Amino acid sequence: MYSQTEIIKDTSDTEGELVINVGPQHPATHGVLHLVITLDGETIKKIEPHLGYIHRSIEKMCESLSYRQFIYVTSRMDYLSSHINNLGCAHNVEKSMQIEVPQRAKVIRVLMSELTRIASHELWLGAMAMDLGAFTPFFYAFREREMITEIMEDTCGARLTMNYIVPGGLMYDLHPDFQQKVKAFVKQFKHKVTEYEDLVTNNVIFQNRMKGVGVLSKEDAISYGCTGPVGRGSGVHCDIRKIFPYEVYDTVEFDEVLETAGDSFARYMVRVREMNQSIRIIEQLIDNIPEGDFQAKTKAVLKPPKGEFYTRVETARGEFGVYIVSEGGTTPYRIKFRSPGFSNLSALEHMAKGSKIGDLMATMGTLDLVIPDIDR
Amino acid sequence: MGVSSLLKGMRKTGYYFFHPKEIITEQYPDNRATLQLSERFRGEVVMTHDENNEHACTGCTACELACPNGTIKIITKFDISPEGKKKKAIDTFIYHLELCTMCNLCIQACPTDAIKMAQNFEHSVYDRSKLTKKLNLPGSKIREGVE
Repeated sequence: MYSQTEIIKDTSDTEGELVINVGPQHPATHGVLHLVITLDGETIKKIEPHLGYIHRSIEKMCESLSYRQFIYVTSRMDYLSSHINNLGCAHNVEKSMQIEVPQRAKVIRVLMSELTRIASHELWLGAMAMDLGAFTPFFYAFREREMITEIMEDTCGARLTMNYIVPGGLMYDLHPDFQQKVKAFVKQFKHKVTEYEDLVTNNVIFQNRMKGVGVLSKEDAISYGCTGPVGRGSGVHCDIRKIFPYEVYDTVEFDEVLETAGDSFARYMVRVREMNQSIRIIEQLIDNIPEGDFQAKTKAVLKPPKGEFYTRVETARGEFGVYIVSEGGTTPYRIKFRSPGFSNLSALEHMAKGSKIGDLMATMGTLDLVIPDIDR
Repeated sequence: MGVSSLLKGMRKTGYYFFHPKEIITEQYPDNRATLQLSERFRGEVVMTHDENNEHACTGCTACELACPNGTIKIITKFDISPEGKKKKAIDTFIYHLELCTMCNLCIQACPTDAIKMAQNFEHSVYDRSKLTKKLNLPGSKIREGVE
């Protein structure tokens, strides 16, 4: 209990400050982030993210599921790159069981991952422009994204939470129309990507709102553990596809997109240029899918040996790590997911401190936060 | 500078305003009679029955074990054949649509392809109990030769 004098002392310290809540929205809406912002006039003095609105204890849940079952749950974390999350988990099981995945499955996994990455960045581009007040790019971005979700629906059977990857390979072989549809998408994307430049990238108002806003230096990005486009926007060499290549990423040609400015515009440019790199990977692989099995022969019940296993993949948001402790049984003893969104969010206060509240939207938009990923 | 880049963007928007056929607006699939969904689309789990009201489910509970959410519950019984042999068969195949995440693991686990994913995508009902379904039709029995 505070005495009367202490309360008076407390308020005198924070005189002139205004504490506002950005959020919380209704808990039933998805993606709820609650920021408690302390303002001095319009200047941000402190940002405190409150998490827990969408916590489902996924890690604990996975401990009661078998090694085949737990993969589907990870689709519900970062739902925009659910395919890559599934891939990270399947990798871990394959690594611990020493399962050799057929070459065809590897190529298809990479193709699907890159399509997912483009779909995720498309949605981000639309939502980002909408955060800054431009409504039209949202529809244009969704037009291209719709083509990808249709490809996913044909081959995987679902549009968002695909669950297409199983330990040892894939659930199905490709749909017969896959190559033709992907080629049509690539053609359409290359034709329409100039529209984004006209509408968003080259817009001076948009640039002025992004440049010099939410600056994160290279040292800070490393110390906060920022990965993905947030880290690369600050010049950190952190693309898992380049550093620890998995599947067939070591055989395809693509550039790791790096920007050095570290502001919101740099992060924006990293994502836009990354979409072009993903298209480059797809173009190299789409005509070179090897024939053969799409699934390795595995036992009905998977029992990895006793030990600790860690694998990582590059999702659309950064490094996604899966750490499994196995006791040799049919279910994992402990699972820990390293989600990129959590580390990226932790840098928000550092980036936005001292800036105006209007700039917070540009900073938050380029962090590309998916809340179920942060709040597992 | 700002105005010129705005006009540039407006030209793009104006182009689509006068070319309404080029922009793709996805409509809600109200054309249910003619709608063609992908054959792999996961709507809900159904059990296939042939014209003689026979299915292929042996009651092995592989799907029940494969399901991560406890969506499927199979109650088995023993049929007695004319030769007096006992044979395991399903009594009720209970499917909880409200728990299902359409992960497809049960379909993959089924050794006799007795269940499959249907393509219907509208599941809302007025009463929650309607989401719990009995998949084997009344009076149905296992097809001859399915082990």
